[in-house]
Amino acid sequence: MFKSMYNWIDERLDVTPMWRDIADHEVPEHVNPAHHFSAFVYCFGGLTFFITVIQILSGMFLTMYYVPDIINAYYSVDYLQHQVAFGVIVRGMHHWGASLVIVMMFLHTLRVFFTGSYKAPREMNWVVGMLIFFVMLGLGFTGYLLPWDNKAYFATKVGMEIAGSVPWIGSYIKELLAGGTIVGAQTLTRFFAIHVFFLPGVLLTLLAAHFFMIRKQGISGPL
Amino acid sequence: MAHGHGNRSNEKVVYVGDSRIRKPGPRPAPPDYTAFPGKSEAFIPNFLLKEWMAGVVVLVGFLVLTIAEPAPLGYPADPLNGSFIPMPDWYFLFIYQLLKYPYTSEDFIVLGTIGIPGIAFGALLLVPFLDTGKERRFYRRPITSSLMIVSLIASVYLTWVSWHHYTEELEKSGVVPEHIEREEKNKESIESGKGRWIPGKEKTVALVKPDDPAFEIMKKAQCIACHGGELEGGGAPSLRGIGDTLSKDELVDTITNGRANGAMPSFKGTLSEAEIDQVATWLSEQKAEAAE
Repeated sequence: MFKSMYNWIDERLDVTPMWRDIADHEVPEHVNPAHHFSAFVYCFGGLTFFITVIQILSGMFLTMYYVPDIINAYYSVDYLQHQVAFGVIVRGMHHWGASLVIVMMFLHTLRVFFTGSYKAPREMNWVVGMLIFFVMLGLGFTGYLLPWDNKAYFATKVGMEIAGSVPWIGSYIKELLAGGTIVGAQTLTRFFAIHVFFLPGVLLTLLAAHFFMIRKQGISGPL
Repeated sequence: MAHGHGNRSNEKVVYVGDSRIRKPGPRPAPPDYTAFPGKSEAFIPNFLLKEWMAGVVVLVGFLVLTIAEPAPLGYPADPLNGSFIPMPDWYFLFIYQLLKYPYTSEDFIVLGTIGIPGIAFGALLLVPFLDTGKERRFYRRPITSSLMIVSLIASVYLTWVSWHHYTEELEKSGVVPEHIEREEKNKESIESGKGRWIPGKEKTVALVKPDDPAFEIMKKAQCIACHGGELEGGGAPSLRGIGDTLSKDELVDTITNGRANGAMPSFKGTLSEAEIDQVATWLSEQKAEAAE
C-alpha cells in the first residue's frame, strides 16, 4: 500500500530524483569509522547537526511553558524545572546541549582546519560554516538572558557594555540590542524574539546552504 | 502515450512545467567515489547506521549529564544587587578575560573588543583565501597550523585564567553560587515540610505583637531602613518569623556585635543593653506559629 501511495505522489511530483539527491550517494572509506577508528573525527559535523536538532526540539517544548516578560520569566522557568513532568530533563537538555553544540562545532571546525578541507573548491562552504559558528554564539548569548536570574541579567549587562565600546556605532548597537537604554523588559522580549525566530531562521538557511554545498562537492579526499 | 509521442508506455514521462515538451535527458548520476581507494558504501542506510552509533555514544553521555546535573537557576534578576559577580557562559570567557589586560581595556578597549578578536576571527573566516596553497596536510603548512595552535593555546589559557579568578573570588568572599544555595534551601524547605521554596514568593509571616514598644525602639534605631518599615525585608533580610531561626541569645549577639563584616552594623553604642535585650526578646517571639 505504501508503494502505491508513493507511486501516486511520485507520478505527480516526481520526488524520486529529489530523494536520490539527498540520500543516494556513496561514502568513501577514509571517513568511515567502521574501517578506520580514527575516522570518528569525521563524525563531529553530523553530531553537531544531531545536537542542533535536539536543541530545536527541546526549545519547542520549552516555549510551551516559558513566558517572556520580566515578572513571569523567572517563575515560568522555575515552574517548568520543578513542577512540569520531565521539565528538568527538557530544560537540562537545552541548557547542556547549548554547550555541547559549541563543543561539537569547535571539534568539527578543527577537523576541517587541520585536514585542510577548506581549500579550493570548498572555500565558500568554510565561510558559511564560520557564519554558522557566529550564529550559534549569538544563540548562546541571547538564550543566556531568558531565565532572567541574576547570572543572566548581569552577564547580559556585561555583554551590552562590550557592545557599547565599539567605536562610533557602539551606542547604537547597544540600544538596538537592549531596546532602550537599560537592560529591562524590552531587552527580554527582544532577546526572546532573536533567540526563537530570527537566529534559528538564519541558522536553518545557512545549514541548508552548508549541506547543499557538501552534497554538491562531495567530501574532501583522503590526505 | 497519446498524440504520437512515441510508444514507450512503461517509461515515466516528465514534462517541463505544464507544457507538452518532454524534459530533455536523464539527470546526471550522483558522483561516486570510485576515484578514492578502499571500500565506499551507501550513505543510507549503511553509513548513516555507523554514524548513528557515534551519535548514540554522545547521546548517552549527554543524557547522563542532564540527569546528574540539573540546569542551574539562581535568584530572580535584581538590578540593585551590587555584590553579584557577573559571569558569562564558559564559551565567552576567553574574550571576557581578554578585556582585563592593560592594553585591551580602559583607553585601549577598542583593541580588546574589535582589534584582536577582529583580526583572529577575520583570519579564521577568510582562511581559505589566506592559505591558498594546494597542500592539505597540517604539518606541511607550518605557518597556518602554528598560528591556529597558538590561538588555541591562548584561548584555552584565557578561559582557564578567567574561571580560576572566578572561583578564587567566590572563595575569598565566601559566596556560594546562587543556583547551589537555592537548591539547598529548596531541599531544606521540602524536608522541613514547608513545601517547595520559590525565591521572592515566600509567604510573609505576620508580625507578632506589633504594638510592642520594642518595635518603636527598632524604628528609632533605623533598623527599618534596611529591614523594611514592617520588617518585611529590603536591603537586609526580612525579620518576620526570625524567632524560628535565631534564639534570643543569638539575636542579642547579632545586634550587639553586628554580622557579615559590618553589613549588619553593631548597635553597641546606639542602644543600651536593656534596649537590646527588649528588642531581642520581642524578635525571638516572632515565630511563624505564633503569627497564625
